[in-house]
Amino acid sequence: MTAAKSGEVWVWAEQRKGRLMTVSLELLGKGSELCKSIGSELAAVLITDKAEGLVKDLIAHGANRVYVIEDVRLGLYQSDAYTTVMGKLIEARKPEILLIGGTSIGRDFAPRIAARVHTGLVANCVDLHIEEINGKSQLVLVVPGFGGKMMVSMICKTRPQMATVKPGLLTAHQANPNAKGDIVKVEAEIKDDDLRARTIEILEERSAERPVEEADIVVAGGWGMRSAGGFKLIQDLANALGAAIGGTRPAVDEGWIPKECMIGHSGKTVSPKLFISLGASGAVHYTTGFTKSKVVFSIDKNPSAPIFDVSDIGIVGDVCEIISCLVKELTVVEN
Amino acid sequence: MTLNIVVCIKQVPDPKHFSEITMDPVKHTIRREGIPSVINPCDRHALEEGLRIREKFTGKLVVISMGPTQALEALQEALAIGADEAILLCDKAFAGSDTLVTSYVLGAAIGKIGAFDLVLCGNETVDGGTGHVGAQLAELLGIPHVQASNIKFIDERSLTVKMPIEHGYLDISLKLPAVISVTEQINRYRLPTVWAIVEVAGREIKIWDCEDLEVDTSKVGSDGSPTEVTGIFEHKFKRRVEFLRGSPEEMAKQAVVKLRQLGGDMK
Repeated sequence: MTAAKSGEVWVWAEQRKGRLMTVSLELLGKGSELCKSIGSELAAVLITDKAEGLVKDLIAHGANRVYVIEDVRLGLYQSDAYTTVMGKLIEARKPEILLIGGTSIGRDFAPRIAARVHTGLVANCVDLHIEEINGKSQLVLVVPGFGGKMMVSMICKTRPQMATVKPGLLTAHQANPNAKGDIVKVEAEIKDDDLRARTIEILEERSAERPVEEADIVVAGGWGMRSAGGFKLIQDLANALGAAIGGTRPAVDEGWIPKECMIGHSGKTVSPKLFISLGASGAVHYTTGFTKSKVVFSIDKNPSAPIFDVSDIGIVGDVCEIISCLVKELTVVEN
Repeated sequence: MTLNIVVCIKQVPDPKHFSEITMDPVKHTIRREGIPSVINPCDRHALEEGLRIREKFTGKLVVISMGPTQALEALQEALAIGADEAILLCDKAFAGSDTLVTSYVLGAAIGKIGAFDLVLCGNETVDGGTGHVGAQLAELLGIPHVQASNIKFIDERSLTVKMPIEHGYLDISLKLPAVISVTEQINRYRLPTVWAIVEVAGREIKIWDCEDLEVDTSKVGSDGSPTEVTGIFEHKFKRRVEFLRGSPEEMAKQAVVKLRQLGGDMK
């Protein structure tokens, strides 16, 4: 193997109860693109109590190398111990870039690492690319500011260049089961002091429904749906399309949909094949949550609502009436 | 039982007025003249949690904030809500500090305050929204950090909290001293009474600069920050919309045809 021109690009492979988080695979996809730009190699860092099965998946998704830190104490996320392990590995291997999925845990872990190794970290990037700046390959990170009204591009002056990216924004590459990669086992050198904050257990109540950021079609409602009854209609439409349901902050505040389904700057970022917005005027902090959707279709009663500036197809009219017609149309065709 | 608490707060532009904020494209700074400032909502919950803990134990609650002198208003309000002392960390050299440098300055202030058992902050601000400072501050202080939506147990040596995650939570127990970043779910916060506002009007708020904090001016501000803003632009995400016309039934029919063409493999 020829030596890489530049330090490696790393992705933290987050696992929970032995299952990889989808965002880690999404980041491997982006990571391999960045590697091509800077002539580097892609590595995943897996911290777990049981690596079996996961390593293959990481290689299939583009990792040239997987650093495996396997220790019975590291099954659950332990902020100090994970930081110690990652910090030591960074010091030993000096990666160029470290990407971390912006899950609740990733967003807890990333700043701790950045402070440990004294490097720059940029949160919630919506775009990452390489630019030559002063003769140096620099990772340029674009983040929304002030509820998505502004976009700010940032760089890290230090190494590794660190960034978090919310789940659902990027697309994982197709897995290649024949891909080859190295496995590098790394000893977890952790002391008792690294477990002074100790995660005792993880409790998850996974609903049967697919999370909104993983769905191919998302149907989202806003204030214009007026009542939870309006959301019953949205449910009907979602059922007819096999879609996941989302909504705006007002819809969450009114209790029409749960908080996990909120789309936008302070909620979920989705990039489905089709995004349908119903009765939402299109405030920036909402629209910033679905900019990367393939097709955006909106219905609202107000023809000059800003939602139509960010839509491919628009219908102006009574939202509830049009949804009923859509549901009828979809069911008729199916039968 | 004594527990000394430091609460970190930030003054932010009122999110209700975000649409009025514009950017100076040359200086890379935000123009926020006339935009009202408020205590970051999450930080109010941190202060509230601190007050509740202080009510259970003896000890002092000190509020600190890094910002311009305008942030004195936020500290004044924190005193009116119930903080024992307030300190503003203010120096021209701080301008443009990123989260790591902000944590460094807050850490220096906490070091100067001395005896503390618990540091509380909001887990996210409405303006920057990075959620970095709690974890970075803890790392620089060399103590554990946790995000919490609920403190299940606390005594003078340890605590147990719930950290919210997707579809559930983690149960975490940790030793003090520690930094806790609280989420909005942790409590309902109190507002200051009119009486309290009048009462604290004359109270002293200390102002500490680089020299007081013994921080190196070259390590703070934009020059000292490991991240750098290279560009700011207004968010433009525009598509060319095609409006469908006709009766609701006709529009629905057209929409289904179009979506099948565009959406590819939707059923």
